[in-house]
Amino acid sequence: MMRVRRMWCVWGVAWHLVAMCPSSAVAQQGATVAAASDLNFALTEVSEQFARQTGQRVEIVFGSSGTLTRQVRDGAPFGMFLSADEAFVEQLANAGLTRDRGVLYAIGRIVLFAPTGSPLNPRDGLDGLARLLATGGVTRFAIANPEHAPYGRAAEAALRKRGIWNDLQPHIVLGENVSQAAQFATTGNAVGGIIAYSLALAPNLQNRGSYALVPDVDHPPLRQRMVLLKRAGPVVEQFYRYLQEAPARAILERYGFTLP
Amino acid sequence: MDWPALRTSLLLGVWTLVLLLPAGIWAGYQLATRRFRGKAIVESLVAIPLLLPPTVLGFYLLVTFSTRSPLGAAFERVIGHTLAFSFPGLVMASAIANIPFVVQPIQRAFESVPLDVREAAACCGLSPWQRFLRIEAPLAWPGILTAAILTFAHTLGEFGVVLMVGGSIPGQTRTLSIAIYDRMQAFDDYGAGVMAATLLVIAVSALGVTQLLARQVGRRG
Repeated sequence: MMRVRRMWCVWGVAWHLVAMCPSSAVAQQGATVAAASDLNFALTEVSEQFARQTGQRVEIVFGSSGTLTRQVRDGAPFGMFLSADEAFVEQLANAGLTRDRGVLYAIGRIVLFAPTGSPLNPRDGLDGLARLLATGGVTRFAIANPEHAPYGRAAEAALRKRGIWNDLQPHIVLGENVSQAAQFATTGNAVGGIIAYSLALAPNLQNRGSYALVPDVDHPPLRQRMVLLKRAGPVVEQFYRYLQEAPARAILERYGFTLP
Repeated sequence: MDWPALRTSLLLGVWTLVLLLPAGIWAGYQLATRRFRGKAIVESLVAIPLLLPPTVLGFYLLVTFSTRSPLGAAFERVIGHTLAFSFPGLVMASAIANIPFVVQPIQRAFESVPLDVREAAACCGLSPWQRFLRIEAPLAWPGILTAAILTFAHTLGEFGVVLMVGGSIPGQTRTLSIAIYDRMQAFDDYGAGVMAATLLVIAVSALGVTQLLARQVGRRG
């Protein structure tokens, strides 16, 4: 009798384990959105407003556009991808992983950011950084990794154009994506960094330092494209349309994006 | 506090144990009680995940799991989604990464069962199964429990492999340690701090319990 009861116990535990298993159904419905890190605050706000207005929820995963592209190619269950550039979307479209070639949803800008107490004054622009570099005042300078983060590429282009890319090399710390670069730049462990304007404008970054826009002629434009992926579900499709409507665009604009 | 992430972490820990503990007890017992050719090689293979950077393990698993590999493609055809970036894939990765944490303490525990006790049991006419269940397993149980606790705690702390193989899919593969990383990048120091403290408490308690168990064994010896 005891043995029978014990058997039931074991089966009960096993059944609960299986039942509690994260259901892959949710992810398979394609309600997860992959988004470039510069959208960390802006898109979160858009998704909250979307949830309030439609009662539908999307889950967002942030990362560098390059990392996310790699994950999509490896079969990650995303329904939609918001890249910080166009090339990664094109890559996925050419690989046949997208519904179409997507739409341009924003044009990004970069800023020179310096944390409170830094010897760097962003108002002096990259010239100020060059002067500080010449006097040996630069300890660490943060940008996103240009290998797979479009904002890192833009930062590299601007630094190259100013002619300080090579001299700055020993001081550069690379964030895995632009949010991490921003985190490095704001904690006071670096004299500053080049980060996304959309992050500098986020409420969580206020009072952490000062920033100034890098002129957009100093780097190739950050033409941010989004696209529906093959497994996009109805909620993500709705979110995709929502992002192209006025209420969502207003939020993006508030976060410093130029709208196409 | 990211509750779904805590749930994912705890479930990952439990599932890793469910998969690994029976196999670990078997392997630990074999390694402790038998001599065979290539034992040194098997022991090194068991220890490898301790030395490998998580990125190496992550790389190989991702390549194996991906839709572009035969195994990944076959899994996708049968189940409908890839192993990479899914909870089952995460459990598999975690089980592989935790092999040494299970096998080694269990092997030590069985090794510490004195040979004469084992021989006496055999002389009394106990079958190998009875010997294992009535004599060896009860003597080795603190070691087995230690292995289980360490593995569970280690799974909760796993970061590199989980990030590479799992991505950070909410409710699926976003574990507590990944959620801390994500919250940091969202400048949510408070959220990250609460979760970091949670993991710290779990790690300290796990080590405390294993210390107690080790002392108990020491006293008995």
